[in-house]
Amino acid sequence: MSIPIADHVRDIPKSGIRDFFEIVQSMTDVISLGIGEPDFVTPWHIREAAIYSLEKGRTGYSSNLGLPRLRRSISDTVRRATGIHYDPLSEVLVSVGVSEAIDIALRAILNPGDEVLYHEPCYVSYNPSVALAFGVARAIPTRAEDEFSLRPEALEAAIGPRTKAVMLNFPTNPTGGVMTRAQIEAIADVCIRHNLTVLTDEIYSELTYDDREHFSIVAVPGMRERTIYLHGLSKAYAMTGFRVGYACGPNSVIEAMMKIHQYSILCASITSQDAAVEALERGTPAMLRMRREYELRRNYVVSALNDMGLECFMPRGAFYVFPKITSTGLTSREFSMRLLHEKRVAVVPGTAFGPSGEGHVRCSYATGLEQIKIAMQRIAEFCAEVREERTRTAA
Amino acid sequence: MEALIDLLKHNPLIAREDAARLLGLTVNEVNARIAALERDGVIIGYQTVINREKWNPDTVTAVIEVKITPERDGGFDRIASRISKFDEVQSCYLMSGGYDLLVLVEAGNLRQVASFVAEKLSTIDAVVSTATRFRLKTYKENGAFHHFDVAPERLSVSP
Repeated sequence: MSIPIADHVRDIPKSGIRDFFEIVQSMTDVISLGIGEPDFVTPWHIREAAIYSLEKGRTGYSSNLGLPRLRRSISDTVRRATGIHYDPLSEVLVSVGVSEAIDIALRAILNPGDEVLYHEPCYVSYNPSVALAFGVARAIPTRAEDEFSLRPEALEAAIGPRTKAVMLNFPTNPTGGVMTRAQIEAIADVCIRHNLTVLTDEIYSELTYDDREHFSIVAVPGMRERTIYLHGLSKAYAMTGFRVGYACGPNSVIEAMMKIHQYSILCASITSQDAAVEALERGTPAMLRMRREYELRRNYVVSALNDMGLECFMPRGAFYVFPKITSTGLTSREFSMRLLHEKRVAVVPGTAFGPSGEGHVRCSYATGLEQIKIAMQRIAEFCAEVREERTRTAA
Repeated sequence: MEALIDLLKHNPLIAREDAARLLGLTVNEVNARIAALERDGVIIGYQTVINREKWNPDTVTAVIEVKITPERDGGFDRIASRISKFDEVQSCYLMSGGYDLLVLVEAGNLRQVASFVAEKLSTIDAVVSTATRFRLKTYKENGAFHHFDVAPERLSVSP
């Protein structure tokens, strides 16, 4: 007899692109634009703080909510970014990456059958995380012509009697889409009128370009009490492997999330928490340097893609571009597979981020410029070859 | 301008087409901006960072701390510019603290440095004293590392 698997876990579909990922992993000379993490190593002063923490013998558990000093730093950081104050003692929770924060937030608020809306294309974990919390996830497709922002009409139309929450992620992985202040206010208005809880995943908020200010929905009057603000250090400070994220929200919800967190995780690694303090208190210059580098590479990639006929809007955040590849006559998956085999460049099919990603691929520019240049050249060759092939078949 | 200067600082050889794409400018605009920076003296030169262990490893670099008596009219500037004119001198800085000028000297061997200090530098009237130290090994120069750590491995695809 085999060990029986729980229905709701069994029912989560296998990732449609796992085979694609495995092919990429098995090849050696691939230039990958498929990586969702910074190519920078964590700035030295932050790594040094982690080493110092170990040297001092700080190797135990921390408070379940996280080191008090880190929670104070988080509270200060969030206040600077959004203008909203969270009490470090009772309204801030340090998690193992934002992923854990999303998971425990959903588990803390959902009753079985409650519905959660999210905009798509989106990060791969949103739908399964909702399902694992016995909720029902419903995607709201966003469109390239709106630069993948969420339209308030689309949100309102998707709301049903069991809709409890909406998940936002701006700047967005995989599209790089952002929302302006006015757009965010319109979304907030819908959420308030329909009494929805908002989970806002702002992991890419520091990586907003063109001197734009990221505007958080939590800053809209009336939103603080219904918002769970989720953030972390992985992207802005190039600290993915440290696994530090955090949640800020009203005490009641943080208390509920704490219950799950303390019994499943206990606390985030104390070494990582010490490194996070250093990052938040002294990491801004290094973060700004990395951001500038990303911004320049983004300009390069967008200009190169448009030149080769892959229509691509200028994304205002994160480190992804999401070009449209329909002009090649290929599906996202065909495009990615053939590009990989024929030109040894890995991009992620848009469909990995939901069905509405069809017709697009995600290229990450969190890769050195030299690699990006070669990749762009190879993609241009590929597109030319595919188009020539099509003309020949048509003739 | 700041982004352009940063690009040139890290790689003066960057193709103008690449610089243009990165900055969202045309090649002509990039050329014009670089020309302006050169004309205004913001950019005074472009240099190559050489790994000393691989090229002329016997070359000697010395750091010389020089105390001088400033002149009534010229202050430190006239003496400093005089010292800077010697070919051996790679860099010359006015410093705060226990001495006045920091002079970086490069020469083919120890004896050449010694003779520069004894015959050229110390004989200048205003020079009160010198203290010479030799470089043993270079780890980082002008922001470039001589010994790279192994590049950390990343997964080749991640969500």
